[in-house]
Amino acid sequence: MQFWIIQTLNSLALGGLLFLLSSGFSLIFGLMRIANLTHGALFMLGAYVGVAILKFVPNLWLAALLAGLTIALFGGLVERFILRRLAGNALGQVLVTLGIAFIIADLCLIVWGGDPIPVPTPESLRQPIFLWGVAFPAYRLVVIAIAVATGIALYLMMERTRLGAMIRAGVDDMAMARAVGIPVSKLFTAVFCLGAALAGAGGIIGGPILSAYPGLDADMLPLALIVVILGGVGSLVGAFVGSFIIGFVYTFGTALLPDLAYVILFLPMIFVIAFRPRGLFGRLAT
Amino acid sequence: MTKWRVGWAILALVLIGLPYAAGEFYVNLASQILIAAIFAAGLNLMVGYAGLTSLGHASYLGLAAYISGWMCLKMGANHAIAAPVALIGTMLVGGAFGWIALRASGLGFLMITLALSQVLWGTAYRWASVTNGDNGLSGLTRPAPFGINLENPAAFYWFTLAITVIAVWLMARFVDSPFGATLAGTRDQPRRMAALGHDVWLIRWITFVYSAFWGAVAGLLYVYYNKYIHPTSLSLTSSAEGLLAVIAGGSGTVAGPLVGAVIVVLLKNYVSAYIERWNMLLGFVFLGIVIFMPNGLVPGVRQLVARWRAGKS
Repeated sequence: MQFWIIQTLNSLALGGLLFLLSSGFSLIFGLMRIANLTHGALFMLGAYVGVAILKFVPNLWLAALLAGLTIALFGGLVERFILRRLAGNALGQVLVTLGIAFIIADLCLIVWGGDPIPVPTPESLRQPIFLWGVAFPAYRLVVIAIAVATGIALYLMMERTRLGAMIRAGVDDMAMARAVGIPVSKLFTAVFCLGAALAGAGGIIGGPILSAYPGLDADMLPLALIVVILGGVGSLVGAFVGSFIIGFVYTFGTALLPDLAYVILFLPMIFVIAFRPRGLFGRLAT
Repeated sequence: MTKWRVGWAILALVLIGLPYAAGEFYVNLASQILIAAIFAAGLNLMVGYAGLTSLGHASYLGLAAYISGWMCLKMGANHAIAAPVALIGTMLVGGAFGWIALRASGLGFLMITLALSQVLWGTAYRWASVTNGDNGLSGLTRPAPFGINLENPAAFYWFTLAITVIAVWLMARFVDSPFGATLAGTRDQPRRMAALGHDVWLIRWITFVYSAFWGAVAGLLYVYYNKYIHPTSLSLTSSAEGLLAVIAGGSGTVAGPLVGAVIVVLLKNYVSAYIERWNMLLGFVFLGIVIFMPNGLVPGVRQLVARWRAGKS
């Protein structure tokens, strides 16, 4: 019983972290029509920057906020000064994000070294919560709550605010959105910053579960890609559902069939690509 | 025209005579360049001629190397059996991957190939009973075709050179053939080609599998050269190196990936010896090439030559 509960919570927590990562990836893809391959590296950079901030500010949530802002700033600079130069050249932009991802990964290795850096769980969340005689790890519950809250906030932003309406207009028909006076290039920067912030904050929030280590980027990027392929690019709901599917498949795969956990990741992906290539909730054909 | 013939003859002499003039280090370096050249030329079939950028080509290199290593090490097979099994096995996986990835085109294709190759990479780390995980498969041997001992660096170089020449010739024939012309048609105008009655999907799939085949050939040479195989050979870095060779040299040209492979291998071996930061360098070279030289070296030089000739006459 305890095994199943722990694994289920682990799945949900990983799903939550994946949502923080892949929602930004999906929004950026939906609006800018590029696959941002720095996303895994931004997640790792967020974890490391958060670790650095934690040395001065011993509060994980504050560190997550500051790390998110730092990564957002970094993402904004990348978008404005590098991706902007290659406007209209989607493949060039993707290759540039790949190059930046390598640079970030190597910089992290120089600055923080090759050993994994554990991130302490906040004091108040170390004790598991007991319900009906079963222990629930408290931190994981909080991560799930954060992911769900972020999902609702993003959904409301997209559906109920002026900014969201402009983003949706840009996703649906960029030329027409420009023609009616929507500042699409400013939206690009805003969405890129937002996606980077979510990835960066996700990195340090995931710290107590995953810790910060070189290779975190390469571990997370494929999961985010598979989530987005599953859910459909540009779809928030797709990213949400896909994240939790992959969270479960990966966690239970690792627990039950550790050798072949990655092969099991294939299955939902192949299934979706075969029967619904645009993804479960996607409108854009990839 | 005679000028070109003289040029080719000199190039052939230099390539064949290299082991007589250069030390073992340079001969081995040249072998690495040739292997990278086959790999990049195979990838170029997809990137340059099919117009589909794959970020997972290292899958086929790594898979062929792993199958060959695993057959020799754990099944006790000899190279005469392991090599064809590795080639066929890799092409089967390539056929399956192509079937999945070609449901999409453009960036969707790129993302799916990347995700598939990362799944293989992760599996190579985890499936320790087959792959030895992070330790890799070591203690492998080189084959001895027709009794020629390839442990000798010069012999291995000539062997690799011969295969490279055959590979480049076959691939040049491939893109020059009527099939190559239809392939370029599916790259430039897929809808019109479909309207003309060509099966765009099938043309792309055949090219995908053919491209995977050359990746597998490069993988066999890679594992023979290193006598060792590690999951990093399946990593995104490994795929990116191949892609960099293609776009640095110039995709969609026969000579481009070969020039690119020379650049990438030299950079990897020389510059990273001084600064020890290959990944960062790789990243910066990517940025520089994409921003400042998007067409690659070979088309760039060709334009320069054309301009120079036009100015002279």
